[in-house]
Amino acid sequence: MTRWMDEDAGPIVRPYALIGGRTRSSGDKLDLVAMVTSTRGAPPGGFVPSPEQERILVMVTTPTSVADVASDLNLPLGVVKVLLGDLQDHKLISIGRASASERILKEVINGLRAL
Amino acid sequence: MDFGPSDEPVALKILIAGGFGVGKTTLVGAISEIRPLRTEEVLSDRGIGIDDVDGVEGKTTTTVAMDFGRITIREGLVVYLFGTPGQERFWFMWDELSYGALGAVVLADTRRLTDCFPSIDYFEQRGTPFIVAVNCFDGADRHEAEEVRVALDLDVDVPVLLCDVRRRVSAKTVLVTLVEHSLRVLTASQS
Repeated sequence: MTRWMDEDAGPIVRPYALIGGRTRSSGDKLDLVAMVTSTRGAPPGGFVPSPEQERILVMVTTPTSVADVASDLNLPLGVVKVLLGDLQDHKLISIGRASASERILKEVINGLRAL
Repeated sequence: MDFGPSDEPVALKILIAGGFGVGKTTLVGAISEIRPLRTEEVLSDRGIGIDDVDGVEGKTTTTVAMDFGRITIREGLVVYLFGTPGQERFWFMWDELSYGALGAVVLADTRRLTDCFPSIDYFEQRGTPFIVAVNCFDGADRHEAEEVRVALDLDVDVPVLLCDVRRRVSAKTVLVTLVEHSLRVLTASQS
């Protein structure tokens, strides 16, 4: 993306151009802290991941939250959700949302105390 | 609540709410790594005729910036802190932020106690576990936590504590108090 950036003026390509002007996708319902993980599958025929989606696929070889993906890409959350929705539709990523168990909460309490 | 296998990465979400200028950002900065996030705001009626949406009628949002905090407890266990937007026009974001949240810290300033009423109403209605942390500003009268509880008409089981969000140790106590409260709520719901 660097060459499309102008330090003072901001992005030259408006973010929604990256997703063909769409603001709706299967990624809409993604929670901010849902974990995105690459399935390491090959893109199905007819689907060519965009450069941004390629970056996401590299990023999520280790599980990464939706919020961190958006922050690392420096793209608006809504745009990132559309990009993720497409990758999920093509089975290139899996998205999980594990809830807190008693054991996890106890671990968090001890972890916070130890900070 | 569903339970993932133990090796599944877990990310937990804590909300930091309260009126404008009460110290939400200071609290997040005192205890966590701050990360920038760009998000969207729904274009209001006021934008009609000013924001040019001809031909892009599907676009009803514009970009706004917010920060979030990240605390890594260990590999595969991360706590995220999201400040809830103060202004009324950002209320739409609260539902997204609070979905699946572990709990919320409502920061209160005794000089402007009414500022935290909307947050308390919101979390009470949604059943989101929350605590009230009274940020003790220099020059503000020191109120006892119990006085604040009465003034805010809080249930007896909602923890209220005094804090100084500039201090890391105090911010830590606030978060520990919340997670302990969430754990009690979770345990009670299972018994």
